[in-house]
Amino acid sequence: MGVTTDLFINAIIAGILLGGFYAAVTIGISISFGILDIVNIAHPAFVILGSYIAYLLNVSLGIDPILASVVALPAFFALGMAVYQLYYSSFEKFGQEALRGLAFFFGLLFITEVVLILAFGVDYRYVHTPYIDTTLHFGFVDIPLRMLVPCVVALLLVVGLIIYLGRTFTGRAIMAVAQDQHALKFVSADPIKIKRIAFGISIATASIAGALLIVIQPVEPSVGREYIGRVFAICVLGGMQSLPGTLIGAMLLGIMESLTATFYGPSWAPAVAFGFLLLTLAFRPQGLFGR
Amino acid sequence: MKSPVFFLVWIVVAAIVFAFGLYLKNDYFFFAGYTVLQYVVLATGWNILGGYTGYVNFGSAAFFAMGAYASVVMHKVAPLPVPLLIIIGGIVSGLVGLGMGYLTLRLRGAFFAIATLALAVVLQTLIVNWDFVGGSRGAYIIRPNTLDIAGLQIPYIEYLFALMLILAVCALTVARIVERSRLGFGFATIRDDEVAAEACGVPTLRLKLMATTLSGALMGMAGAPFPYYIGYLQPSSAFGLEYAVNSIAMPMIGGTTSWVGPLIGAIVLGTLQQVATVTISSAVNLLIVGLLLTGFVIIAPNGILGLIHKFRGQSDADKVGRRVIRETP
Repeated sequence: MGVTTDLFINAIIAGILLGGFYAAVTIGISISFGILDIVNIAHPAFVILGSYIAYLLNVSLGIDPILASVVALPAFFALGMAVYQLYYSSFEKFGQEALRGLAFFFGLLFITEVVLILAFGVDYRYVHTPYIDTTLHFGFVDIPLRMLVPCVVALLLVVGLIIYLGRTFTGRAIMAVAQDQHALKFVSADPIKIKRIAFGISIATASIAGALLIVIQPVEPSVGREYIGRVFAICVLGGMQSLPGTLIGAMLLGIMESLTATFYGPSWAPAVAFGFLLLTLAFRPQGLFGR
Repeated sequence: MKSPVFFLVWIVVAAIVFAFGLYLKNDYFFFAGYTVLQYVVLATGWNILGGYTGYVNFGSAAFFAMGAYASVVMHKVAPLPVPLLIIIGGIVSGLVGLGMGYLTLRLRGAFFAIATLALAVVLQTLIVNWDFVGGSRGAYIIRPNTLDIAGLQIPYIEYLFALMLILAVCALTVARIVERSRLGFGFATIRDDEVAAEACGVPTLRLKLMATTLSGALMGMAGAPFPYYIGYLQPSSAFGLEYAVNSIAMPMIGGTTSWVGPLIGAIVLGTLQQVATVTISSAVNLLIVGLLLTGFVIIAPNGILGLIHKFRGQSDADKVGRRVIRETP
């Protein structure tokens, strides 16, 4: 086994772990953008908001950040429903969502970011948990728990959502909204209410993703910008509506970034991921796994 | 008003503004004014694609930065006067716009917006890893303090300000010409219903490429003198998010359907930000932009222009309706 092989295998494993986390960040976009056709470009800002909530609860009460994010879930769900209601009554109702809806979320992104800056400043914040500094060693393979725990939680989140969307009435209704909004009325379900719930769920995932983010790395308010392009890249790669597709897309992007960072230096990593997105959009806009 | 007359009128207005600056004898007026004018050009450029054809470009900062970095390269290879650099910056960013247009031909709506965002990141990564222009460390541009024109020593900042004034007038004239020509009507059909336009024989593909090229070129021209203004250019400042946000927010707040909108938006928002930077802090800038942008798209979807129309009691829809009624008999 040469050193390069070791590096290669470690980079792949790091990429998979990173990919799992990316899936948690993207799953909300897959619901809002992929299924509901709402271009919520502010999603990463909500993720950062989730990071700060987890940070606050962790520092003041000493709760585990991931547990804290679960506590905060209902608040995020309500926030999501409120945002959707505003979006619906201002844009979607009039069919003006294309240009103005985008601008609306773009504005929301900056409002969230600046409010966080004004409240917490631009210093990096981090959390304390027992597992953050531990690393497992299997021969030459290193697995930091800091990455493994978020990856596992992310997988649980994705699997949970897949089951919810496939097995429950509301979940199936959400999938149906994507296909035919008016047909939904025949099963006496209000499409707007269903969309509101779905958007609430999509923002609720940002709470968990935010907690995972602050476990992985220290967070400051503008970190979210790095994720705007990344989450949409993954969503498009995964074929928009498909949650398993999102997971595969996230893993692919994670592995690509990790390999590039290991062999060509971290400064090239964004170019590879985004170049891949550009090429996908240009030549296969339906995504790698889309029909 | 004919376009040459329009151009001359605005040149006169520009001359008055410049004279006012000289009368104030205040360097800060030129520094702040340059930024506002730069936003007038950026917003006008963005609006040709975003307002006229309805394609949202999130990558304005990349076009701005390509113009700026074209100047840095020229500065290292063969120093040229700034007016020539503006033309070169325009050509470079115009080509980037053309390339982006080709790459995103099939994309509509949100996908186009995301692709432009991705393009900006790719270009930024290339610049960060390109040592010739300083990489992530940035590049210094040493500029003289004064410029010698026919024996007169003109402070360099006043020179840059004057150039930006002329460029802004040119950008407004171009936008107005486009708006009132067949080209502009073609753009409007794309914005209203691209499929229907195509079915009616509008060459949407060619029109879109022209829009991305023209829009990119104007934004590049806005960026070309920037290294000389700031003296030290680094990727994170050239690709700064404030350019992307402002070039979207300004037309949206002013009104996207006419050349006046970006002008109003840029002057209002640009001045407001300059004042906020001095009096409060630069972090509040983004908050102002964010709040105004969301507020306007919710409450006044057609921007300040729309508000003015409404105040006069003639919304656009009204005007069209009245004309139809009058023409029926």
